[in-house]
Amino acid sequence: MNIAILECDHLQILLDVLRKRGYQVIGPTLGEGAIVYSDLNSTANLPIGWTDEQDGGTYRLKKRNDKALFGYTVGPHSWKKYLLPSELRLWKIKRNGVSFQIVTENEATRKFAFVGVRSCDIHAISVQDKVFMNGQYIDQHYTSQRKDTFIVAVNCGKAGGTCFCVSMNTGPKATFGFDLAMTEIIEGKNHYFLVETGTELGAEIFREIPHKQANEKEKCAADDILRKTAEQMGRSMDTSNIKDLFYRNHEHPRWNNVAERCLTCANCTMVCPTCFCTTVEDVTDLMSEHAERWRKLDSCFTMDFSYIHGGSVRASTKSRYRHWITHKLATWIDQFGTSGCVGCGRCITWCPVAIDITEEVHAIRESETVIGKQKTIVKEDIHANTGTLSGRTSFFKRP
Amino acid sequence: MKSIITEPMIPKPFRIHRKLKETHDTYTIELESTNGADGFPFSAGQFNMLYIFGVGEVPISISSDPSMPKMLKHTARSVGTVTKALLNLRRGDILGVRGPFGSHWPVEEAVGNDVVIVAGGIGLAPMRPVLYSFISHRDKYGKIILLYGARTPEDLLYKKELELWRGRFDLEVKVIVDSASGNWRGNVGVVTTLIPRIQFDPLHTVAMICGPEVMMRYTLKELQNCGIKNENIFVSMERNMKCGICLCGHCQFGPKFVCKDGPVFCYDHIKELFGKREI
Ligand SMILES: Cc1cc2nc3c(=O)[nH]c(=O)nc-3n(C[C@H](O)[C@H](O)[C@H](O)COP(=O)(O)OP(=O)(O)OC[C@H]3O[C@@H](n4cnc5c(N)ncnc54)[C@H](O)[C@@H]3O)c2cc1C
Ligand code: FES
Repeated sequence: MNIAILECDHLQILLDVLRKRGYQVIGPTLGEGAIVYSDLNSTANLPIGWTDEQDGGTYRLKKRNDKALFGYTVGPHSWKKYLLPSELRLWKIKRNGVSFQIVTENEATRKFAFVGVRSCDIHAISVQDKVFMNGQYIDQHYTSQRKDTFIVAVNCGKAGGTCFCVSMNTGPKATFGFDLAMTEIIEGKNHYFLVETGTELGAEIFREIPHKQANEKEKCAADDILRKTAEQMGRSMDTSNIKDLFYRNHEHPRWNNVAERCLTCANCTMVCPTCFCTTVEDVTDLMSEHAERWRKLDSCFTMDFSYIHGGSVRASTKSRYRHWITHKLATWIDQFGTSGCVGCGRCITWCPVAIDITEEVHAIRESETVIGKQKTIVKEDIHANTGTLSGRTSFFKRP
Repeated sequence: MKSIITEPMIPKPFRIHRKLKETHDTYTIELESTNGADGFPFSAGQFNMLYIFGVGEVPISISSDPSMPKMLKHTARSVGTVTKALLNLRRGDILGVRGPFGSHWPVEEAVGNDVVIVAGGIGLAPMRPVLYSFISHRDKYGKIILLYGARTPEDLLYKKELELWRGRFDLEVKVIVDSASGNWRGNVGVVTTLIPRIQFDPLHTVAMICGPEVMMRYTLKELQNCGIKNENIFVSMERNMKCGICLCGHCQFGPKFVCKDGPVFCYDHIKELFGKREI
């Protein structure tokens, strides 16, 4: 892989080249009191010199003491905002005498270039690729949008308070799924990016931008930054045998405990970069001549989600939280061959009552070790009993 | 896996050719393609998403004979917004069809075996294609037994056909209702009580169950007690469905998608999930 140096001042040229090639360039900007993804025509619109502080149920912007362009982690938005829009008209239908005529609008009309995609989010995009492009049926809109998407990854120079990509093996360094990947380096007056090319298209575009070869010292500087980020993870999760952990614990007192806190507000599913559930809505005009079908993001935390005649399958809060976390961490693996969680921490930050996916996993795991210990003790007792009874085993012996 | 890149989210227009009243709230509607003589190949147990102009779309099993793909029938019970609108349509009206989706009953796999079909209520609808298939290849199977339970005699579907089938020497048909008024001469009780009254070779029997989840649970136990192996028991599951093509997430049943892996499941593949509450 070719590794080069891009001066900070030349990043604007990258944005310009992308725009000239017909891309709608999207990147992190300040807005709504957070760092959100939006059109990015100028590097001046990046959250320069800003960072974020995140913890369970808390998100706060803060000034940095440098002019870093990417000195924060992920905000409430994810790239599914563009790849899986929250509302999409699937088709329009018109009565046509005795029949009807359908006009589809499944083709994506825009080409996106995402700038500043974190490694966890690249994994999230790849998870959704598996959902929408790898099955028996393909999501047309997603696929047509996705195939034209140009990805400029940014490796994380800092971990957030709710990040746990190291546990999920999804970061902090982007290792695949990008056209270009950059690590931002600030050393005194020097402010530059170490850039890797991931695809032929990435290399072609990068050739149009002034750059120089990276030397060993610069490569080491980037490695150092990423090593430090990995050491700073705000959260961690033990993922060993995690699928079976959930399959074993369909009934567990922890589900009642979390149900007492969970508001079923669906925030976690909205901010999650892999949550993909949608519903459809049919609308019609007053004359009933035209109708439309819309696809809208949905959440398994609503009652309607599992409604069948007679009531919801998952009526209790407990069952809905259990469904969500079990899907993320266990059933997803059976369905798509990958975890549905990429360790971005958004669900922890944006939960109004700070329910923490890592804590819930930990609690269930811990309870097992405790119960496990008790079980071993019980087992020993049983063994002790059989010991004392052993003299009587002949009682049950059959000739 | 081969991917289908046609437009599975786009309903195709079908015309209502005939509408047959089954009970006070259930009708069978026969559909014909609007673009001529196109057949609609499907397997017994599969379902379609039926779209009512501007109102919505619901999953409904195909209830006709798979060997007659030009005569596409669905039997639906009116329970809410979309099914009501569906059953208010008249002969000549157009509705949208997407499908066929999902897995099918083990019609081929059952060859050479006895077959026990247990249906409850509207659950007979997805079973009818199976019965048609069995009857047209009658010599390939051992005993064929249908146990059918409904709430009242007035709720029985396909009454004429049931009588026809019951009159055959090579089918065993038993019907039972939960409750009935004085002039009902048939069985009263739950469908599971019929199981001890039938005879089959448990080691060479394939069982297929479709009905409300509780009914399926008890039936399953009873059939297991008779010695039918889990891998020979098949059930049809129901979940909320929005897409039918494994993209919307609504129909999840543990790790399974009912629209793709089901609705028909081999019990052995879902025994860890089946009967668990709120899964
Ligand atoms: C695979 C499958 C096959 C089916 N086959 C038949 C059949 O052959 N005949 C028949 O009468 N019914 C069948 N059903 C049930 C039928 O789909 C529901 O009765 C119907 O969706 C109810 O919609 P509604 O708008 O009339 O009711 P409402 O109560 O107004 O429902 C609102 C919405 O909830 C959802 N919903 C409600 N009940 C169900 C349900 N039981 N299953 C799935 N989603 C539901 C639908 O999205 C519906 O639009 C089948 C269901 C499934 C999953
Ligand atoms: S109905 Fe949409 S995933 Fe099964």
